[in-house]
Amino acid sequence: MTVLYVGTRKGLWTLRSDDREQWDVDGPEFLGHIFSHVVPDRRDPRIVLAGVGTGHLGPTVFRSDDSGATWTEASKPPAFAAGDRLQRSVKRVFWLTPGHASEPGVWFAGGTPQALFRTDDNGDTWSPVDGWNNHPQWETWCEWPEEQTPDGSMLHSVNIDPRDKNHMYLGLSGGGVFESTDGGADWHPLNKGCAMDFAPDVEADYGHDPHTMRLHPLTPDRLYQQNHCGIYRMDRPDGRWTRIGDNMPRDIGDIGFPVELHPRDPDTVWVFPMDGTDVWPRTSPDGRPAVYITRDAGESWARLDKGMPERAWFTVKRQAMTTDDADPVGVYFGTTSGEVWASNDEGDTWRPIAQHLPEIFSVEFA
Amino acid sequence: MKVCIPTPLRSYTANEKWVEADGATLAELLVDLDSHYPGLRFRVVDEQGRLRQHMKIFVNQESVRDLSTSIADVDEVTIMQALSGG
Repeated sequence: MTVLYVGTRKGLWTLRSDDREQWDVDGPEFLGHIFSHVVPDRRDPRIVLAGVGTGHLGPTVFRSDDSGATWTEASKPPAFAAGDRLQRSVKRVFWLTPGHASEPGVWFAGGTPQALFRTDDNGDTWSPVDGWNNHPQWETWCEWPEEQTPDGSMLHSVNIDPRDKNHMYLGLSGGGVFESTDGGADWHPLNKGCAMDFAPDVEADYGHDPHTMRLHPLTPDRLYQQNHCGIYRMDRPDGRWTRIGDNMPRDIGDIGFPVELHPRDPDTVWVFPMDGTDVWPRTSPDGRPAVYITRDAGESWARLDKGMPERAWFTVKRQAMTTDDADPVGVYFGTTSGEVWASNDEGDTWRPIAQHLPEIFSVEFA
Repeated sequence: MKVCIPTPLRSYTANEKWVEADGATLAELLVDLDSHYPGLRFRVVDEQGRLRQHMKIFVNQESVRDLSTSIADVDEVTIMQALSGG
């Protein structure tokens, strides 16, 4: 069965299908709660964690150990230590990533402000990752206490190298991409080659705005990044980003939020381009929605819009696009206008599988 | 003393609007509430002990944000949420 967890501004929906043709849409659960990110654990799909808040109450994590049938709240949600040196408090649990395969029960959470938290018990109790949150450069890298995005700066795109649990990456909006090789005790910026059109220093070490960064699990030296200023690839050990978005059509550009990977082909990537001109409408260029795919690691791109509306004005947020592991791969995205779109053929044709939901923040495959 | 729980927090109190709790200050009251209804306090107060932005506490009909305020002679405390979001 294919399962999609859809986190929205007004609750949780779950989409299930045996054949990827007929979909059952269950929800809402926790109507009115804001689900920033709902993530199943590929190590044990019964485990699902959700970063949750409301307009009023403090942020927390909901957790399920029965594939979303029942939920409990974390007994110790992500939080800074009382008496924190900067008097910081978590405003939002924005991002969730399961830990390394050798460490069942370990997850990482990214917050607003740009903080990192860890759990060792599948999300019941969380602790700050001091090596990041109290790094001597934290205030500098995060431009604390400035807020870099309208909803507050956030930490996202936590990636764990499948070959080495101590090799980690994370992304900051704003701040850039950072790497640790010692399990999060120390960190360094990884932003060379990445544009920063909103700042004068084109070779700055940090201050960038990655929207999503992903490491390919089959080729962990291959990184892709959809940045505020373009689409990039990096092949380690090289430490410089290459702007593969330069190969996108000029009238489309290479601005967007998500970047999604093919589970078996590290050269295949999907993006959802958005209008980053003028005042940044963040809708599809010219209001004509399309996914773009590369099958050669960004050397060339192809437009995929068959079945999509000719004109539409929605946005796809960074956690709101995902792929399944079928053959051919299913590709899914959720829109700010509450639609989930699906393709069973790697993006060649599209159709909506859920409509009239609230604003969608995340779509994740289990 | 009696504490009035707003609807967004009643999932913690088995849907009870009025509950009993004790404390010499509002901060102590919230700790006592959390001992009976685990998780409630962190939704109201952040990790630095500050009342969250959109929460309000009324002591004898008066809005109070200083959680060190004495409530020794108070009979009733009301937790409320301010309007926010959309």
